[in-house]
Amino acid sequence: MLLGKCSWGKVTAMTIENVLSLKAITKTYGGVRTLDGIDLELQPGETLGLIGHNGAGKTTLMKIILGLIRPSSGQINVFGQDPAGRNHGNVARQFGFLPEAVSFSGAMTGLEVLKFYSRLKNIDVAQCPDRLAAVGLADAARQRVKTYSKGMRQRLGLAQALLGEPALLLLDEPTTGLDPDFTRTFYRLIDERRAAGAAIILSSHALAELEPHVDRLLVLQHGQCIAQGDMAELRAQTGLPVRIRVSGGSGAVREELAALTDVKSNRINGRTVEFICAPEQKMELIELLSRAQGVEDLQIELPNLDRIYSHYNNNGGREQ
Amino acid sequence: MRAVYVIAAQELLDALRNKWVLSATLVLAGFALALSYLGSAPVGTVGVAPLGVTVVSLSSLTVFLLPLLGLLLSYDAVVGESERGTLLLLLSYPVRRWQFLSGKFLGHLAVLVIAVVIGYGAAGALVVWRVEAVAPQEIAAYGVMMASSILLGAVFVGLGYGISSFVRERATAAGAALAVWLGIVVIYDFVLLGALTSGDGAGLSKGLFNGLLLVNPADAYRLLNLSSFEMTANLSGMAGMISNGNATAIAGLSSLILWMVVPMLVAGLIFARKEP
Repeated sequence: MLLGKCSWGKVTAMTIENVLSLKAITKTYGGVRTLDGIDLELQPGETLGLIGHNGAGKTTLMKIILGLIRPSSGQINVFGQDPAGRNHGNVARQFGFLPEAVSFSGAMTGLEVLKFYSRLKNIDVAQCPDRLAAVGLADAARQRVKTYSKGMRQRLGLAQALLGEPALLLLDEPTTGLDPDFTRTFYRLIDERRAAGAAIILSSHALAELEPHVDRLLVLQHGQCIAQGDMAELRAQTGLPVRIRVSGGSGAVREELAALTDVKSNRINGRTVEFICAPEQKMELIELLSRAQGVEDLQIELPNLDRIYSHYNNNGGREQ
Repeated sequence: MRAVYVIAAQELLDALRNKWVLSATLVLAGFALALSYLGSAPVGTVGVAPLGVTVVSLSSLTVFLLPLLGLLLSYDAVVGESERGTLLLLLSYPVRRWQFLSGKFLGHLAVLVIAVVIGYGAAGALVVWRVEAVAPQEIAAYGVMMASSILLGAVFVGLGYGISSFVRERATAAGAALAVWLGIVVIYDFVLLGALTSGDGAGLSKGLFNGLLLVNPADAYRLLNLSSFEMTANLSGMAGMISNGNATAIAGLSSLILWMVVPMLVAGLIFARKEP
């Protein structure tokens, strides 16, 4: 932390750079802490993945950032302002938000819905047809929203969130109900915003698809941040084992590795053996394997987000 | 102000699409036409004040109908949007909460204006066209009735927002709206009538009775329409009870305006505290 408690509130180079900074944000509902002491900073162009079980506080955190609810305690600063304060309008112009499972008024056509939101943001409605086309709704633009499938509603929701090229994009479980094809389009559109310098917060349960699109992750559990960092940091923090699959010469390899007592191995099939080692042993093991007789191929599998997340979940709360 | 206008326009468009405007207009026009025909039956086409008779009979119906219409339009304004997830979305836009409620109100008010002006206006025009001798006073009374009917509907739109901001589920809002309608429009009068006839008739003084009528928006509407003109007061048999027609009409109007403003403010306060 560059900012001490005393200097908080002063405009420093650091705070201007940040799209948002949250300090010790706590939200209590009837004695229950939905959020408990969350610290978060986000710079332009950075994408944050928000993961956690249902009810962990992901949506509450988004609502606080959007200024829809006020935190019970802690400090919040979005584009240098209090999002729930007098300047909500100025801050909100830079938001793009896709709520979880949104459904629009069924009597309107997709185009009318998008025009409505454009007018609220004071954006030229002439761009609306193109924006619908970008999310694959060109043909459905003049159909009523009540005829839309769940995936189509989600596309309309995304088109709405991208209106006015927002500098901060918040997406709550955006890919639920999307087909794999549009999920790819979805992430392409998100990555475009990211490349254009927008800060993005993305919550999802689909961890495998999330992983390549985020710079940093925040793991929430019962309102507490139990981990925050990029993939490398989280891997180091969890100390989860690395898996190395070796094909060919399995018998010989096994004998050679008998010396390394900490390394476990599983026989996958006649030709392939999987070795499981601690991260710090990885290089040593690879070196040994590369010198072993008869080894044809090596596959190194680092712990993925799925595994990291279930590690945090099983260990429950703050560890290490 | 822009946000208010955008939301109002969307609300009106939505009501047009949902056939809300059409069905409300048809219902009002149907009742108004039926009553204007029935109303002129006892007096005949050459009878006394056919439009005045229609004012009396139609305002008695409006007392039940417009509150229901207002509540039906408004009861899910907040809670419905909240359940769809669009309230959360809308408030993340540069829209203040008072702008949201004001926009909704103007949109719903426009629905009421269209339904009353077309529905009641058509029936009124038909009576004027059928009957040659219509006193200007009658037309004025009819105009007052149309304007105050819109006002009465608006009162219940405001009450509906209060309910909608307060409850957490649509079904609860629907139930509460029905209860408010029954309580203000139906039960209140029964209780008042009971109090009036119980005992030896000395339970309520004339002043207290008038006061109790004015406190209720539906009765204030009745007082306004049945006393605003000497002619309607005579036709409705209210003349004996109302000593000063003008003062009563002004009091009725003030009560309606207060009933429109205060619940809107309360709804705004409840909504301002609501966490979407």
